[in-house]
Amino acid sequence: MMAPTQQEDRVNYGAKKFSMWIFIFTSFMLFAALTSAFIVYSGGKGHGLNVMMPRAFMYSTMVIIISSMTLFLASRAAKQSQPEKQRLFLWLTFFLGIAFFVIQIYAWYVLTYKMGIYFSFNPNASQSFIYVFSGMHLLHIIAALLVLLRTIISTYRNTTQAKNLFKMEMTSIFWHFLDIIWIYLYVFLLLNQY
Amino acid sequence: MSTLAVHDHGVVHHEEGHEHHHKATFLNTYVFSQDHKMIGKQFLITGITMAFIGMSLSLLFRIQLAYPDKTFPILETLLGRFAPGGRLSPDFYMSLVTIHGTIMVFFVLTAGLSGTFANLLIPLQIGARDMASPFVNMLSYWFFLMASIVLLSSFFVQKGPASGGWTIYPPLSALPNAMPGSAEGMTLWLISMVLFVGSSLMGGINYISTVLNMRTKGMDLWKMPLTVWALFLTAVLGVLSFPVLVAGLVLLIFDRSFGTSFYLSDIVLGGTVQPFEGGSPILFEHLFWFLGHPEVYIIIMPAMGISSEILAVNSRKPIFGYHAMVYSLIGIAVLSFIVWGHHMFVTGMNPFLGGVFMITTLIIAVPSAVKTFNWLATLWRGNIRFTPGMLFAIGMVSFFISGGLTGIFLGNSALDITLHDSYFVVAHFHLVMGSAAIFGMLAGVYHWFPKFFRRMMDERLGYLHFWITFICAYLVFFPMHFMGLDGVPRRYYALTAFPSFNRWLTVNTFITWAAFMAGAAQVAFLFNFIHSIFWGKKTVQNPWKSNTLEWDAPIEHHHGNWVGELPTVYRWPYDYSKPGHDEDFIPQTVPYSQTMSSNLPHDFEDNPKGLEEYNTWVSTQKANEPIK
Repeated sequence: MMAPTQQEDRVNYGAKKFSMWIFIFTSFMLFAALTSAFIVYSGGKGHGLNVMMPRAFMYSTMVIIISSMTLFLASRAAKQSQPEKQRLFLWLTFFLGIAFFVIQIYAWYVLTYKMGIYFSFNPNASQSFIYVFSGMHLLHIIAALLVLLRTIISTYRNTTQAKNLFKMEMTSIFWHFLDIIWIYLYVFLLLNQY
Repeated sequence: MSTLAVHDHGVVHHEEGHEHHHKATFLNTYVFSQDHKMIGKQFLITGITMAFIGMSLSLLFRIQLAYPDKTFPILETLLGRFAPGGRLSPDFYMSLVTIHGTIMVFFVLTAGLSGTFANLLIPLQIGARDMASPFVNMLSYWFFLMASIVLLSSFFVQKGPASGGWTIYPPLSALPNAMPGSAEGMTLWLISMVLFVGSSLMGGINYISTVLNMRTKGMDLWKMPLTVWALFLTAVLGVLSFPVLVAGLVLLIFDRSFGTSFYLSDIVLGGTVQPFEGGSPILFEHLFWFLGHPEVYIIIMPAMGISSEILAVNSRKPIFGYHAMVYSLIGIAVLSFIVWGHHMFVTGMNPFLGGVFMITTLIIAVPSAVKTFNWLATLWRGNIRFTPGMLFAIGMVSFFISGGLTGIFLGNSALDITLHDSYFVVAHFHLVMGSAAIFGMLAGVYHWFPKFFRRMMDERLGYLHFWITFICAYLVFFPMHFMGLDGVPRRYYALTAFPSFNRWLTVNTFITWAAFMAGAAQVAFLFNFIHSIFWGKKTVQNPWKSNTLEWDAPIEHHHGNWVGELPTVYRWPYDYSKPGHDEDFIPQTVPYSQTMSSNLPHDFEDNPKGLEEYNTWVSTQKANEPIK
């Protein structure tokens, strides 16, 4: 008898979406803290980065920007109820995400073995910060890839359009945020190169 | 009723995409419960357990402080290698201080206080069926429990628990070989803390989202009880500051285990020069205290909210200056982020910067004083009922005042040069955030016990608990001011090693005895708590004659809180002793149309139609008055 009213006030995607935004904020605070730590460290100790950023970072930036675009296309396809197209773009985003991950690791390889910028036992810790920034970002990328995978799997199942759109939106907020955060970190590193 | 409750479960799972009906089993009712009320109980009981452990640790090191050169064979029986010959080892003494601080600050007064009352009160007082995400809320508790277990497990590793103080400053904490307490114990401390931050963030995100999105009809922000305001702003502080602690801890973990040198520089250990160069320990202090200062407000603000509510209910008066109370909470929350430097006055900080931090720190006295005066004004000429909850709320105000006053001295960058790291600091924060917050928490436990467990706590034991704890807390912490002024430093193992501190030994003995008395009083509480859960007097619907929504929800717990429709809110929560009404309280769910005799023009500020009705009612009343 009272079930309908309860059902209505129980399904609150709005509140969950809001939670996602707050989570984004906590994540933002983490990176704000790390970059502030960099400023305090390099300002206090007079240690600059003195590193040319490897070209790999440029490529990974491009890859993650493209992945944001494909995710946007997937969202649009979802809104237009084109599941095939949505799935295709989601997979594309997922693989671009993996590619980003691989390129970041490659960038670490270049930094360490080609350029001799070490993470450990480096008397200039501002260089170690490069690894911390990208590493903490990669941790987030792993989480985001899992979220992405979950959304992809749910498109193969019988999910309602409302739920599908909700999942797409949650994934998009997270993924675009990680895109923007990486651009922020990269620009931050570029500005502090010398 | 029970069929409805079961149906509720069905609806929850409908949302998750499974359409099957769920039976309430032991496991999903008591263990992996997603019901906010059960999660609140889990937080409360874990918090109380941690509080007793934290208190026992403090009693152990109080023995050492009172009788630094005596041996107690029982200690060796109890603690084994940590107390060789019946006397605490210096390393273990430091571990006790560290873990006592960590447990009390994080596990009791952050998770135990916010976790308990945010879970119980936020959904019930704003009229929601549960949190925004019950599943994440459950995870929040389990992360907290894991963090507690990991922290306590450090007592069982070879070299003992972390011992660098609860602030774990590097380089001491960053070098596993520096001292026994920096070895595995420190690693476990760090793991525990990362889990704890995870728990806090999951909880905090839920609380914020619930308060902002799931209020019932009519419950606008300015109709929320002060408890909800306080818990909401606390969650905001946590969400903004805990990630910064994570940043600091991550860098510390890298320094400890991966050979980086963010915090390490010029270290010589056991005669050998360590390969760390270029780091800055001050960097850690900045990152730590950027969390650490908001953290003390994370501790005290829920206690403030709880006390505000209890003081108003039991004074049978509206809270004095409701808007000022909210704005002062917001003021405290904002200011808490720009004062962290006052923990670092003596780190070689630029004196100008110290001056800036001093000014921002002293400004916090303004909102704090606003709150204090409003509490006192609420009590003034109230029709006070001295329930145990009320006594503890008054005790909270008392400790907040007497501890807060010394904050003005400590916040002064010049005075801090002599006062820092002395017992003056210990006295200050144990009164203003330790005792005040634990009294707020106990007030909440006594006041909302009927809502938690559907039974009442015993009042007589409550009074006994209050008076002994209140007097002993002052006896413990007040003399410490004078020790601090005399220059007695905190965290010292045996003050008798320094002839000039010898004269404080009698005071230390006195403090220890007072501490043991206070500890004994907590046993009365524990007995009362457990006994009342099972055999206490059954509660009535609204035992304190309170206005807020949680007393409108049925006594029996349902996952979903209200059977049928959610209540609608028409008025603010503090209509106590309103002139013209036949009772001394009007619950939030009573519309103005039912209380014509007590309505006032300002009840209709943004409601012109209601004002019209009110004016017609008043004029007809006047017309009907007999002519004298």
